[in-house]
Amino acid sequence: MSAFLALLTRDLRLALRSGSDVAAVLAFSVIAVVLFPLGVGPELALLARISAGVVWVAALLATLLALDRLFVQDYEDGSVDLMMLAPLPLEAAVLAKALAHWLLTGLPLILLSPLMAAMLGLETRVWPVLLLSLLLGTPCLSLIGAVGAALILGVRRGGALLALLILPLFIPVLIFGAAAVEAVATGLTARPHLLLQGGCLAAALPLAPIAAAAALRQARS
Amino acid sequence: MSEPGLTAPRLQADDLACLRGGRLVFVGLSFRLGAGEALVLTGPNGSGKSSLLRLVAGLVPAFAGTLDWTGAPGSIAYLGHQDAVKPALTPRETLRFWGAASGASPDRVDIEAALAAVGLEGLDDLPCRYLSAGQRRRLALARFELSRATLWLLDEPTLGLDVASVARLEARIARHRAEGGIVMLATHMRLALDGARGLGLGGFAAAEPPL
Repeated sequence: MSAFLALLTRDLRLALRSGSDVAAVLAFSVIAVVLFPLGVGPELALLARISAGVVWVAALLATLLALDRLFVQDYEDGSVDLMMLAPLPLEAAVLAKALAHWLLTGLPLILLSPLMAAMLGLETRVWPVLLLSLLLGTPCLSLIGAVGAALILGVRRGGALLALLILPLFIPVLIFGAAAVEAVATGLTARPHLLLQGGCLAAALPLAPIAAAAALRQARS
Repeated sequence: MSEPGLTAPRLQADDLACLRGGRLVFVGLSFRLGAGEALVLTGPNGSGKSSLLRLVAGLVPAFAGTLDWTGAPGSIAYLGHQDAVKPALTPRETLRFWGAASGASPDRVDIEAALAAVGLEGLDDLPCRYLSAGQRRRLALARFELSRATLWLLDEPTLGLDVASVARLEARIARHRAEGGIVMLATHMRLALDGARGLGLGGFAAAEPPL
């Protein structure tokens, strides 16, 4: 457990020391949301209708932006070799790194989402569902993303490949997340969508670290 | 954690072969190492010294042959070509992290002792980006002070080290062996290691590639 926490705090410390990376990702997602009213026009009813989807797409892209560096530096400076030899299972190390990624992108995005929702004119009574769906969905994105980030190691210009690999896998999370908000906005219950999102998370939590660890071992041999 | 006192550590390799990039680097390699022994790998560039160390560490699978290491997970400490030193972290943070990762939980005194053992005292709080290549190598070697591993795998540990650091490394290896540890190292330098066995690589290259 202490090894898990040590890796988590090391990753957080590294990210915060080069703080511009974290800030850039958040600024990117806010700007992406701001671009939508400029593109589709200032009609409030239309914006409110698409707002949940827009916030979710911004979250997806921001997650992706921070992902390609998740393992690359550890891979290049030999840290991955040492993690593979450490008593802590590599799967747990992947989980620690995915958790650090979520704390640095998913969590700040959740905190920023009321701002984005307000900018797009989403009704305040829908905000709690948006927050809840992001809370269930963004950890999924970090976990699935970790698999892609491990798979692209050793590939030159892996960022574009990462997007191709990972964005299709993000689709279920996006659909259920946006549908949960849509359901509440039209007076239905968000429960089935949130349960499905919870199911995605329950599946990704054990499976994604196993897959990512296997990809790391493959990349190193 | 491995308990060195309970069972004598033993590393045994039989008929090992290593395939890298469709080419057999070595075949039919056998050796056996027990407590207190050291094996120095020599050979020209590309003869498979690093591959053998990575294979023993379990980082790459063997193409053929068997490898038997009696230690528990975490009982192998490995120093590769890269130092695994983050430019943004200080030597103290680096050692605290790798100490915790290897299952020890080093306190301030342990870390200061480890830094002093490689001659990096006084640099605890300087970000590693200001360290020279040799100093980074010494910091990577300081990990071994905190590790409780029995088997040390050192891939050209003297890379970038000054004369005094090489002497310190020789003394440290001798102490580890006296404590019952095993050391395997690849080097192009002549190191003073009492009673170390040599293994020359390079004569094993197979004439016929298998693929």
